Amino acid sequence: MTNEHVLAHDAEKLKQYQIDSDICIMEVCGTHTTEYFRTGVKDIFPPRLRLVDGPGCPVCVTPNHYLDHAIALAGQKDCIIATFGDMVKVPSSYSSLARESAGGARVEVVYSPVDALDIARQNPHSEVVFLSVGFETTAPTEAVTVQQAREQNLKNFSLLPGNKLTVPAVKALLDAEEVNIDGFILPGHVSAIIGTNAWKFLGSEYNKPAVVTGFDDHDLLKGTLLLLTLISENKPHVLNEYTRVVRDGGNQHAMDMIYSVFDADDSEWRGIGVIPGSGLLLKDEYADFDATKKFTVDIPEPKEHPGCRCGELLRGLILPTECPLFGKGCNPEHPIGPCMVSTEGPCAAYYKYGR
Amino acid sequence: MPDTILPGHGSGGKLMNDLIHDTIRETLGNESIQLDDSAVLQLPGRQIAFTTDSYTITPIEFPGGNIGSLAVNGTVNDLAVMGAEPLYLSCSIILEEGLPLDELKRVLQSMRAAADYAGVSIVTGDTKVVPRGKGDKIYINTAGIGVFTSPPQRHDIIPGDAIIINGYIGDHGTAVMAERNKLSFSRGLLSDCAPLNMLIQQVIQSYPSSIRFMRDATRGGVASVLNEITKDRPFGAKLIENSLPVHDEVRGVSELLGIDPLYIANEGKVVIITDGKDAPGIVEEMKKIPEGKDAAIIGEITDNYTGSAYITTRVGGNRMLPLLIEEQLPRIC
Repeated sequence: MTNEHVLAHDAEKLKQYQIDSDICIMEVCGTHTTEYFRTGVKDIFPPRLRLVDGPGCPVCVTPNHYLDHAIALAGQKDCIIATFGDMVKVPSSYSSLARESAGGARVEVVYSPVDALDIARQNPHSEVVFLSVGFETTAPTEAVTVQQAREQNLKNFSLLPGNKLTVPAVKALLDAEEVNIDGFILPGHVSAIIGTNAWKFLGSEYNKPAVVTGFDDHDLLKGTLLLLTLISENKPHVLNEYTRVVRDGGNQHAMDMIYSVFDADDSEWRGIGVIPGSGLLLKDEYADFDATKKFTVDIPEPKEHPGCRCGELLRGLILPTECPLFGKGCNPEHPIGPCMVSTEGPCAAYYKYGR
Repeated sequence: MPDTILPGHGSGGKLMNDLIHDTIRETLGNESIQLDDSAVLQLPGRQIAFTTDSYTITPIEFPGGNIGSLAVNGTVNDLAVMGAEPLYLSCSIILEEGLPLDELKRVLQSMRAAADYAGVSIVTGDTKVVPRGKGDKIYINTAGIGVFTSPPQRHDIIPGDAIIINGYIGDHGTAVMAERNKLSFSRGLLSDCAPLNMLIQQVIQSYPSSIRFMRDATRGGVASVLNEITKDRPFGAKLIENSLPVHDEVRGVSELLGIDPLYIANEGKVVIITDGKDAPGIVEEMKKIPEGKDAAIIGEITDNYTGSAYITTRVGGNRMLPLLIEEQLPRIC
């Protein structure tokens, strides 16, 4: 069969899939959130299949306190904030980087953390702070960036550690027992680093099937069909659909890189709270590159918008359309919560593609 | 002659005269440029089209073109999509002090080549110099005049009409983005910057009454054009993903950065809405012209999702193509 035939065949199979009782599956990756829409796979879901979004969008799970800290740093004289584009428009407790930038703060969008080093070199009289957010996928590059900064003796570079680990977050969700999830679509990129084995606990400890899945239409169809089969046959296995990229043991080199610079520590997630061992902090020997230690700034008491339900959304409790602010007070032009801002945010995806 | 732009090049004195005569006029066309306060033009026919556009781009030179070819083709295309035949352009240049003269020359040469290829003359212009730091090397404004030899191509769009594009989408925006960010893996990808007037005349002459609407899909890409034509109208615009011509490099960069080729700028692409039954013949006519060799029917006007643009994906699901709210920003992972 050609590729097109396989695609058509799998699409038909998903459309016709017989489901006898309601099934709820969760994806834990911002890219999956959008790709389910973008490829049209969500549009051909059989009746009674519900897909909820987990805490898989790095910008969305970053708490207000972190953004408030970044904004306090941006307000310092001669400070340049270097950040991925998604972070710029996210509302903090009282402002946003976009608003600070319009008011004169220097905020530079970078495509890779290494670009922040160039900015530091080009601006020797300014302090460059990189907003280090993201999961296991971005952490290795961020680790390399810190190492390079040390090798190049760049004194005016630091990062604001905000990296998070996905496995503890999924565990925390299941332990909270708030939502009944029948199975997981697991993140392909993150799994390329941590390996399929890192997810085996889902089957052995929680009796939940799961499939590591890639991102194109073939992957999404295959991953979803595999997961539905595991659920209907009541087999709590953890399988890997994305074999062309993901190994059982992951990428040990990248993992070593992460833990040569960072230590796992407790970390606060928006909507979930503090999860033990779910964040990455810089090791003491890299304290010179840690913006939390390098600068003393006043950070205001964080506050949440009272109506914003991003937290419940990120725990899989509600769909974006079930938030009263969705599309009314909150839209991509005037976002209230981070899930409406990031291109990987569930609300942004529903707003853009849903109908 | 100094080899960079100096404040004196905008002074009105000898330096400025030398720049205009020896560099600009010499390159853009001694024969066509008139030196009086206005150019005096011969216009065949009565109805004319008139447009103006300003061009700023970083970097000013990119794979497949530069700000000069962009400034000619962009204005030529604004005239062409109305169904007019572009004849004359003006060229107003704002230079930043310190611009190397060689760069200016390359831009002018590329303007001239683009004008010659499109069959238009640059007939009048202006030059100003701004102090260092007050501009971005070079800004160009071109205004253009075209004449109609057949009526303007604007008719009511109805369900059943076909949506045609003249080739691969997203090349220009991706080539510029890649150049700006030094993305090495897009090597070989060129901007599609090209004039559309020959292509459009070919279509009009072979199918004089089939075209409902044409628009060049520049900023905001193909999706934005379709949003414009469907807004508040009793029909929807459906694209078929399998029919969309997208280069692998564009797809790759888009996936990496989390952006959609349907929203990426083009500089040589026209979206044509035509009578559905004539569409295959029109595509064949387009393929006879270099700018249309990859022409394809990419969708249709439907009764579904009225007022919106949408796409039927490869798996057969639909997704909406809403108006872009702001510039697409690259995502984290």
